[in-house]
Amino acid sequence: MAHKVMDPDSLNANVKKTVYAVRGELYLRASELQKEGKKIIFTNVGNPHALGQKPLTFPRQVMALCQAPFLMDDPHVGLLFPSDAIARAKKYLAMNTGGVGAYSDSRGVPGVRQEVADFILERDGHPSDPETIFLTDGASKGVQQVLNALIRNEKDGILVPIPQYPLYSATITLLGGTLVPYYLSEEANWGLDVTELRKSIIAARRKGITVRGLVFINPGNPTGQCLSETNLRDLIELCIKERLVLMADEVYQQNIYQDERPFISAKKVLMDMGRPTSSALELISFHSVSKGFVGECGQRGGYFEMTNFHPQTVDELYKVASISLSPNVNGQILMGLMVKPPRPGDVSYPLYAAESQAILKSLRARAHIMTDGFNDCQNIVCNFTEGAMYSFPQVKLPKAAISAAQKAGKTPDVFYCLRLLEATGISTVPGSGFGQKDGTFHIRTTILPAEKDMPKIMESFKKFNEDFMRQFADSNTITSRL
Amino acid sequence: MAVARQQDVGYDYVSDQAAASQWLSSLTPTPLPPPLTVESINPKVIKCEYAVRGAIAIRAQVLQQQLIADPGSLPFDEVVQCNIGNPQGLNQKPITYFREVVSLCDHPDLLGKPQVHELFSADAIRRAHRIIDCLTGRSTGAYSDSQGVKACREDVAAGISARDGFPASPDDIFLTDGASPGVHMVMQLLLRSEKDGILCPIPQYPLYSASIALHGGTLVPYYLDEESQWGLEITELKQQLHTARSAGINVRALVVINPGNPTGQVLSEENQRRVLQFVRDEGLILLADEVYQENIYEAGKKFHSFKKVSRAMGIGEKDLALISYHSISKGYYGECGRRGGYMEVTGFSKEVREQMLKLASVNLCSNVSGQILMSLVMKPPKAGEESYENFIKERDGILSSLARRAKVLTEGMNKLEGVTCNKAEGAMYVFPRLRFPEKVLKVAAAAKVAPDLFYTQRLLEATGIVMVPGSGFRQVPGTWHVRCTILPSEDKLPGVISRLSTFHQKFMDEFRD
Repeated sequence: MAHKVMDPDSLNANVKKTVYAVRGELYLRASELQKEGKKIIFTNVGNPHALGQKPLTFPRQVMALCQAPFLMDDPHVGLLFPSDAIARAKKYLAMNTGGVGAYSDSRGVPGVRQEVADFILERDGHPSDPETIFLTDGASKGVQQVLNALIRNEKDGILVPIPQYPLYSATITLLGGTLVPYYLSEEANWGLDVTELRKSIIAARRKGITVRGLVFINPGNPTGQCLSETNLRDLIELCIKERLVLMADEVYQQNIYQDERPFISAKKVLMDMGRPTSSALELISFHSVSKGFVGECGQRGGYFEMTNFHPQTVDELYKVASISLSPNVNGQILMGLMVKPPRPGDVSYPLYAAESQAILKSLRARAHIMTDGFNDCQNIVCNFTEGAMYSFPQVKLPKAAISAAQKAGKTPDVFYCLRLLEATGISTVPGSGFGQKDGTFHIRTTILPAEKDMPKIMESFKKFNEDFMRQFADSNTITSRL
Repeated sequence: MAVARQQDVGYDYVSDQAAASQWLSSLTPTPLPPPLTVESINPKVIKCEYAVRGAIAIRAQVLQQQLIADPGSLPFDEVVQCNIGNPQGLNQKPITYFREVVSLCDHPDLLGKPQVHELFSADAIRRAHRIIDCLTGRSTGAYSDSQGVKACREDVAAGISARDGFPASPDDIFLTDGASPGVHMVMQLLLRSEKDGILCPIPQYPLYSASIALHGGTLVPYYLDEESQWGLEITELKQQLHTARSAGINVRALVVINPGNPTGQVLSEENQRRVLQFVRDEGLILLADEVYQENIYEAGKKFHSFKKVSRAMGIGEKDLALISYHSISKGYYGECGRRGGYMEVTGFSKEVREQMLKLASVNLCSNVSGQILMSLVMKPPKAGEESYENFIKERDGILSSLARRAKVLTEGMNKLEGVTCNKAEGAMYVFPRLRFPEKVLKVAAAAKVAPDLFYTQRLLEATGIVMVPGSGFRQVPGTWHVRCTILPSEDKLPGVISRLSTFHQKFMDEFRD
């Protein structure tokens, strides 16, 4: 064969345009170095277990029993598993005919969706209909399904915060739509400004874009900010007025590290506003088992809840879900366990509470260690990680560094991150992977390395940064500015 | 195709939205786009169909709920789901060794307890140790490599080599949440517009038609020959290819499902060689759906992977772009709900492979337990290991039972008036052809449904048996089929066949010319 059928030039152009920096250039380079024997600290992706966080005991006990139900026939089982785990496993196995090895309902096991609905009611004080809750193989799958329904062609635009988690930019590109950016304000603690949003909508419409949806991430990724109730009301009112579907990525809702702004769901705010407002917005809310304190990324469990969606639209989404038959049942069970954990009085409660509280306490401490560590550096400004799992410091790069980067054919923050990787083994993601204001440079790292390793990692970073700044020192102190 | 909606929260969408709409118009006098309705949803979503879980399956769910709420209210005691290849949903037991290993991998704390040896076999414990050592963070809860855990891919590659006698590389393996995501990925890569076409067998497993529709491409049908046991004729392939090209379609790939779904035929090596020749001559990519490779029931038939046949012909990576799909959902393991599978990608350039890896990365990784199961399927217990004997017993028990059920169901179908049914040489289905009297065609046309859908609807309401109409898989126009799985347990199957026969007789009596 002289030519290849699947020539790079004859691939779907949208695929070629797609970028997903979280596992992009930096990660690939880090993996190469790892193969060569270098010790790498992977802080490129929110992957708690990869950095030593232990899974919670109770969910794993239930999952182990669900996978090997014959264990429960054995008289010794009580020696290895507490009674409430056994009871819970039996309950889940009864919920899906054939257990974890059978396809479930394409929307997810009804019993688990009910548990999710109960959780939402308890969290928000407003009822939730399990028929509008779809379980998915991770929240990402749900995001992709919804965007696939929304985006018809390149004239359809989706508002996305900048900086954003690049699942959104990648998916919009893959689907042939248009990303309509709205900038978060770094000086105002990555604040969300409705005026900014309105400006973006007007600008997009002038270009002939039909803006169809608005994504917000709360707590933010990579930025970590926690939105206030006012923010959420503003978003809701804006979306109602402009007839946008509001997409609430709330996967980090359990990761809150300050007390001034606890998590409040978009659904709660919407429902609190009462009719007719509460019926006038199409809202879709996403959650996941990958984050929080369970951190079960590898299991792929997630859900989305649709509020005020047209029943026929729900049917169409059901149809698309059914092509993949069903999400993995293990991940669904894990979602049930996450939203309905052991309660006081349960045999497993004390251990569960201790494990989860310890993780959250440690994450909060690490959020501080990292933020403070970055702010110690003269050329670095870092907003506090109010929530989520990341630190997103702004690194002011000297002109000489920017020129060197350009000479090497790299974006300046990519250049910086590559140097950081080579020098210290710390694998981060450059801010350009998330979007940032022109002329600013950021890096995203996770706060996930073990607490005991943090001081050393920050030391290592600081040393690299000092060396870098010395190497590329300006004769005057002009650096990048906001 | 409305879904049954729970109304228990006192929510009436229609009146709720009427009030909201009124208020909205008062806010914004200028007309704005409507909310997300079928008119404004991505038309590709509207266009795609998946009959396996379509109207019939949804109605079956409703009836199932009714039986629970009001037993005795229907002319049958239970809904029997013969519409979907879901073995464990119909009482097939999982393989003990596989479940022991994944259970331990998901809860490694067990390995530190002395009682573990009472509950788990020694080789399962050893295997779990080995796997956990290779997991990122030693946990199934960490995102793995986007192509899948390296050690799992190594086991899969080793399994392919052992099966075929030709080497396989772990770098060519992508572990996926079932085989389906791998199919979607390739469609996404290949289909740029409706001018790009994919050759698909008719009848076909509707993942292909749905995926092609979702990605905006064109399905180019090639008809399997029912008279010759669903034979795949090269002349047919050539003709359809020519027709498509003349219509300006850029045909990019050929899908072959072997063993076939819904048709069950197992290709001969000679047939496969001719397919490979065709693919080479025409410069097409070969997509080999081989998920039923371990479901072979016909004496004298054997599974040969396209990879093996091509290598045996001396066709290497330079000459053939081949993607081979496998899954943990079928075989004797039937782990549908776990979502595990792989695609083996050979004969593509480095640049294309990078694009595939990039696409896989957007979703980070497939579920790790599913990856582990895939590696266990490809590298099961060996002779001499503690679990081996029991493993063989379980495996052979399931496979011989499937073979018996395939035979019994085929015979049962062939006894029905106007029905002919080819042998299910492999896979998990029978796909009989039904010849309807004129009256049926008229009544169905009046009800605006395809005759085979009409038949399956009547069948469901009368007996609780759920089958998928042939129109869901596509068929030669003017012919009608139904797909029925061979999965009801052996003790239940005679009852299913007898209820089907009784219904069929009544149906034919009612509509006889």
